[in-house]
Amino acid sequence: MSSVLQLLLEGERLDTAQMAQVLGMSESEIEAELTRLKAEEILLGWRPVINADRAQEGNVRAVIEVKISPERDGGFDRLATRIARFDAVESCFLMSGAYDLLVFAVGNDLRDVASFVSERLSTVEGVLSTATHFMLRAYKEQGYLLLAPSDGEDKPAVSP
Amino acid sequence: MSDNGQHFVADHVKGLPRSGIRDFFAIVAAMPQAISLGIGEPDFVTPWHIREAAIFALEKGKTSYTDNLGLIRLRREISSYVEDNFGVSYHPETDVLVAVGVSEALDIALRAVLNPGDKVLYHEPCYVSYSPSIVLAHAQPIAVGTSAEDQFGIDPERVEAAWEPGCKVLMLNFPTNPTGGVTERAKLERLAKFAIEKDLLVISDEIYSELTFEGEHTSIASLPGMQERTIFLHGFSKAFAMTGFRIGYACGPQPLIEAMMKVHQYSMLCAPILSQEAAIEALRHGAPAVAKMKEQYHRRRDLIVRRFNEAGLNCHSPKGSFYAFPSIQSTGLDSLTFCKGLLDQQEVAVVPGTAFGPSGAGFVRASFSTSYERILEATDRIERYVEKLSKKA
Repeated sequence: MSSVLQLLLEGERLDTAQMAQVLGMSESEIEAELTRLKAEEILLGWRPVINADRAQEGNVRAVIEVKISPERDGGFDRLATRIARFDAVESCFLMSGAYDLLVFAVGNDLRDVASFVSERLSTVEGVLSTATHFMLRAYKEQGYLLLAPSDGEDKPAVSP
Repeated sequence: MSDNGQHFVADHVKGLPRSGIRDFFAIVAAMPQAISLGIGEPDFVTPWHIREAAIFALEKGKTSYTDNLGLIRLRREISSYVEDNFGVSYHPETDVLVAVGVSEALDIALRAVLNPGDKVLYHEPCYVSYSPSIVLAHAQPIAVGTSAEDQFGIDPERVEAAWEPGCKVLMLNFPTNPTGGVTERAKLERLAKFAIEKDLLVISDEIYSELTFEGEHTSIASLPGMQERTIFLHGFSKAFAMTGFRIGYACGPQPLIEAMMKVHQYSMLCAPILSQEAAIEALRHGAPAVAKMKEQYHRRRDLIVRRFNEAGLNCHSPKGSFYAFPSIQSTGLDSLTFCKGLLDQQEVAVVPGTAFGPSGAGFVRASFSTSYERILEATDRIERYVEKLSKKA
């Protein structure tokens, strides 16, 4: 894996100059690597990982199991992409097992998500059924624990 | 007498200096806003699967004493880990002792082998407890200096020159806290030959061995003829980020382990069972987490060494551990004055090299067991501090 990508995945917020310091590269090398990662669609974008409860963001999130009928040419891809294009869909995965697509959807409130499912998702041609589960509380978000008390308070500032 | 009990304190304890780190800690403790590069332990929390194993052991009611030597399941794991990683084979039934950290293992090793007046060779700068532990065992410490020219590896010639009649033990610690120095195989071979020639017992503290960034770590115990005269000390604090578990171990010839066991059983009885259970989990499944932490330490090392050199402080690249040991001689200040000034003017804490023995004079220890951002901020401030000093001069 590219060292730049590895550093990004470690999750510390560093600007290009700091990344250059950490990796012992020049800023232009870092920029070039970031450009390459974007051009090759390896690095898709930058989003902070937030604790929605703390941010008091009133969003409602749901996980939706979707059954769809595969098509003769292209299998699930065309339909899956069509569903994934909705703004309300954060992520969308093809799954093995009892259903085909697992869709992570977000809305301003319960009704918002419900109407997305009933009016948009279910009515797409090829969608056979949906089962919607609303998320009640997040405990871990992309590697970050949300309820753990902060550590290290008892650690001495200088030790042998 | 009205000396508040002072006259009861034993003479050899009275003579011990307080750890220089303790004094410095008192100053830093009053400045919570300071960036500390003075922390001698991992900034990572113990990997969850290891903590979880300790919780599970507690749930199962594992709250008893264990065998004095430690749980046999743990000693078996230690035995195969040491064989796989250091190439030395120890019998789990008789050659392995589980202790309360390497600190205890070192203490009981010294107390088990030293008679009053025996002499112990050790290299310096070194971990703060070495010289006091020797004194507490009623023996005489003989320091062998290491220097920046050798990147703080040991020079066998200096050991040979320091030797005198009555020397019984040679203590080694590579990679070294505070310098990150290592000693390459050829020099260890020469030391081994010398140890055999002079009939020295070697006590080798290899607590930082997993954090060797360049070359392969060699244990002196693995060299021909050395296993029978080496007590190999290791533990879980650094590589597995388990400092608070207080768990380490000693491996050695059966008669030496047996002697250490006597001291251990009458003082400590056994290491805490929960820590022993956690240690089993660490050895069985901890390797990926160790590798991940090591990778980060490696990058942080490269960063801090580069920044120190850019800031005008000559800093060798430590081959192991998580400490950089830059020279501050270019500033014209002594270690303690440099550190106090840095803390006062720029609110960055590093530890004076003299806390690790007189040959640490002219150096400071900076731990890179912290985030990139803090390393960058701290070294920026150090650069400003050094700049100001050079303008004054």
